[in-house]
Amino acid sequence: MNLDLLTVDAARSAVQERKTSATALAESFYAKIESDDPKIGAFLTLSKERAMAKAAQMDALAAKGENLPPLGGVPVGIKDVMVTKGVRTTAGSKILGNYVPPYDCTAVAWLEAAGAVVLGKLNCDEFAMGSSNENSAWKLVHNPRDLTRVPGGSSGGSAAAVASDMAVAALGSDTGGSIRQPASFCGVIGMVPTYGRVSRYGLIAFASSLDHIGPLTKTVKDAAIVLRTIAGRDPMDSTSADVPVPDYVAELEKPVRGLRIGVAKEYLGEGLDKEVRSAIEAAIQKLAKQGCEIVDVSLPHTRYAIPTYYIVATAEASSNLARFDGVRYGYRAKDARTLSEMYRRSRDQGFGAEVKRRIMLGTYALSAGYYDAYYLKAQRVRTLLTRDFEEAFNKVDAIAAPVSPTAAFKLGEKVDDPLAMYLADIYTVTADLAGIPGISVPCGETKNKLPIGLQILGRHFDESTILRVAQASEKAVTSGKGECP
Amino acid sequence: MATTSGISVSARPKYESVIGLEVHVQLLTATKIFCSCSTHFGDPPNTNVCPVCLGLPGALPVLNRKAVEFAVLAAMSLNCRINETSIFARKNYFYPDLPKGYQVSQYDKPLSEHGFIEIKTAGGAKKIGITRLHLEEDAGKSLHEGFADSSETTGIDLNRSGMPLIEIVSEPDIASPEEAYEYLTRLKEIILYTGVSDCNMEEGSLRCDANISVRPRGQKELGTKTEVKNVNSFRFIREALEYEIERHIGIIDSGGKITQETRLYNSSEGKTYGMRSKEQAHDYRYFPEPDLLPLVVDAKWQKEIRDALPELPEARRKRIVAAYGITEQDAQVLTLTKALADQFEAAAKAARSPKRVANLVQSELMGRLKAKGLDIEQSPISMNGVAASADLVESGAISGKMLKDLYDLAFERGKDFAVIYEEEGRPEQSRDTSALEKIIDEIIAANPKQVDQYRAGKRTVVGFFVGQVMKASKGQANPQLVNELLARKLG
Repeated sequence: MNLDLLTVDAARSAVQERKTSATALAESFYAKIESDDPKIGAFLTLSKERAMAKAAQMDALAAKGENLPPLGGVPVGIKDVMVTKGVRTTAGSKILGNYVPPYDCTAVAWLEAAGAVVLGKLNCDEFAMGSSNENSAWKLVHNPRDLTRVPGGSSGGSAAAVASDMAVAALGSDTGGSIRQPASFCGVIGMVPTYGRVSRYGLIAFASSLDHIGPLTKTVKDAAIVLRTIAGRDPMDSTSADVPVPDYVAELEKPVRGLRIGVAKEYLGEGLDKEVRSAIEAAIQKLAKQGCEIVDVSLPHTRYAIPTYYIVATAEASSNLARFDGVRYGYRAKDARTLSEMYRRSRDQGFGAEVKRRIMLGTYALSAGYYDAYYLKAQRVRTLLTRDFEEAFNKVDAIAAPVSPTAAFKLGEKVDDPLAMYLADIYTVTADLAGIPGISVPCGETKNKLPIGLQILGRHFDESTILRVAQASEKAVTSGKGECP
Repeated sequence: MATTSGISVSARPKYESVIGLEVHVQLLTATKIFCSCSTHFGDPPNTNVCPVCLGLPGALPVLNRKAVEFAVLAAMSLNCRINETSIFARKNYFYPDLPKGYQVSQYDKPLSEHGFIEIKTAGGAKKIGITRLHLEEDAGKSLHEGFADSSETTGIDLNRSGMPLIEIVSEPDIASPEEAYEYLTRLKEIILYTGVSDCNMEEGSLRCDANISVRPRGQKELGTKTEVKNVNSFRFIREALEYEIERHIGIIDSGGKITQETRLYNSSEGKTYGMRSKEQAHDYRYFPEPDLLPLVVDAKWQKEIRDALPELPEARRKRIVAAYGITEQDAQVLTLTKALADQFEAAAKAARSPKRVANLVQSELMGRLKAKGLDIEQSPISMNGVAASADLVESGAISGKMLKDLYDLAFERGKDFAVIYEEEGRPEQSRDTSALEKIIDEIIAANPKQVDQYRAGKRTVVGFFVGQVMKASKGQANPQLVNELLARKLG
């Protein structure tokens, strides 16, 4: 079977109609991973036993002529920050190098319950901290569109695996743009749902109030199918919301005509690459052609988003990562003579430079005497940023924006300049801070054939609208006609 | 008890001490505060654990509703104001038995505040303010001994990790170790009445840390405080505080300065020792716990909990004094625990004379229990037994002496009063007037002087005859009958 551009529905139908088996499909994917992944670097751990068991289960259902669940037999990959029972989970870190969790992340469990075949765990920046995947303790991920370039991060392995057809779909996590930016760099769909929409249970925490799990897929419809599967109230996560989950796939059928799309000048100003800007503007024009009304909006506090984000995120991270102390699991330094020596050495040797940098920043921000000036102030600005969006959404149904100021940059280009790397998160951190949903959908290419992503942001719990807008944009690009779907 | 020096004795009146107490009480919920693991005490190490209380990567807390209800109940019983919205916060520090590297507690928005406990002091009743009562999780336990390789390694038991606790912080209103002892006694008594904890200090379900400072009498500013930790009985806290006050006065009076520090009490030496200063330089970096929503206990829920609040010891004592005509002291003893008070009231209501039931509990039961080292719950004689025995004495069927003997047998054989009474063949004190008349006749004959006094109008001398008769009958005679016969024969 040709795995190129294989979608969720196509894969499921092939198994359902017994054109292939889930087992054969999984085997084809593993063969492709074996041949292609050495030059990409997307997978960290393969879960063949688990995948083949699920595939066999789906084949048995299909053989009996029973209806397969929505993801029946569909091969997927999971970012290595989601725990998987019995399958090594490292979060891209040496400190969890040999860690095998005893339980499953809710989103993974629900995906598998819907028939998905989990091929393995995907590379990422260590503890999801990074925008290029270069902070993985294990290996680099190469952008499938240009192997000399980064795939984006932190869900770089997830985006690269989907972009290179080594998985039909993948789960990633987004704390400051970690799903949308790699999706944009690799030319796939990436979606961050509303905070509380998808359970965080089993997601190794980076910054609890900002962490989201979401899908990376080849089509908007696939994103809708995966989101429908993993969304909903989970009693194991107190912050998961008890808000009804619509049928996102059915919602895609609604027209976009008449929707008001906001364009914020703060997202199209200085620092935005010219090629990216013209692709975004062209994509917005295509939406207008389909009957969307384009409305100017203002998000005045955007310029404070980066410092706000890096205070809140690092503060929470400094606490979340305290548990990696070498006492109960994970890496423990050898030959420490005292307790504090064991702590210091285990963490010094176990964590990479970026993680240590963020722990230091966050510890500082929470320290006595600095808490009010940094953490508390950042939380207040966060409220202002959220209010910016609330006011904008009084006027519009969705906001169109770039995902990243540039297309994928060269591997190694920014590794020595963490600040430049942080600043490039400007268009994505705002949605995480406000807890609103966002999606990245390919809208064009640079002259070097690098993908450019259009970002659509929406109201809290209104994933349906941004999926619709994203699909309209997707159709305009793929058909080139800009007709109303 | 050891004291630091002789100087302080004479210096003492010049100074006054200021004490504040922090008490941790473990709540009697069936499951832990943030997961569904059992709270059962004494199970093999690391058997009541799950990803949440082990602090495994990715695990998240979910608040136990029962723990909230118990905490609110305790707060109400201590006259605290409930904050409708309270916030959980992370207290960050590294310790091997703290699996997440932070403790989930409450910080600037606690569950409840502004309570008080009324205590009795030499100068009368006194209110000790309660600053706050908040919810938090317990840490695990480091096991430094008891294993073959304990000389080189420390074991960690995380069964206790995530146990629900309330922390009750008093105002610095406590003026002496004696008041501290009284405050703790009342606090424990109240908590026991609410039933939210067993307050068992040996099992660690009640723990107390004390802050103490000393200042010259009349000075407004507080002196430098020290904190005494890990004291495992109220008596030791009183001793540790007495030691600390002496120590502070000794230092201040000789011109020295108190070092602010945490100290541990060694009960066998009766002394406190400073911990190494490295262990106390803490910046806990508190911040709101992002994994939990703000806790909202709205008016409706508060009312439901308030409706479940039982009658508290002070109120019950007042009612018992009025209802059963017993003394304050009797009421004090009988309301020591809720169980005892419940049993007493049930028995007293069934008995002919509640007052006699109260007297018997105090004069006959408590002493025997104490001698045997038993709790009231372990008493061989039930409150029904006490009531039955009281009725037998009341009706004159048995004498006080006989009752004492039957009680002794009950304790010896570990059986209730009714069983012993049957086993002994339902003994009755003598009603055989001929034998008694013979004794009385002999006593009258042997004491002509007293007979003359009586007949001359000194009626009080009858007491002498009663005593003689009871002595001669070895306490078996029915006092009522003795009085009747004496009146007839002397008159």
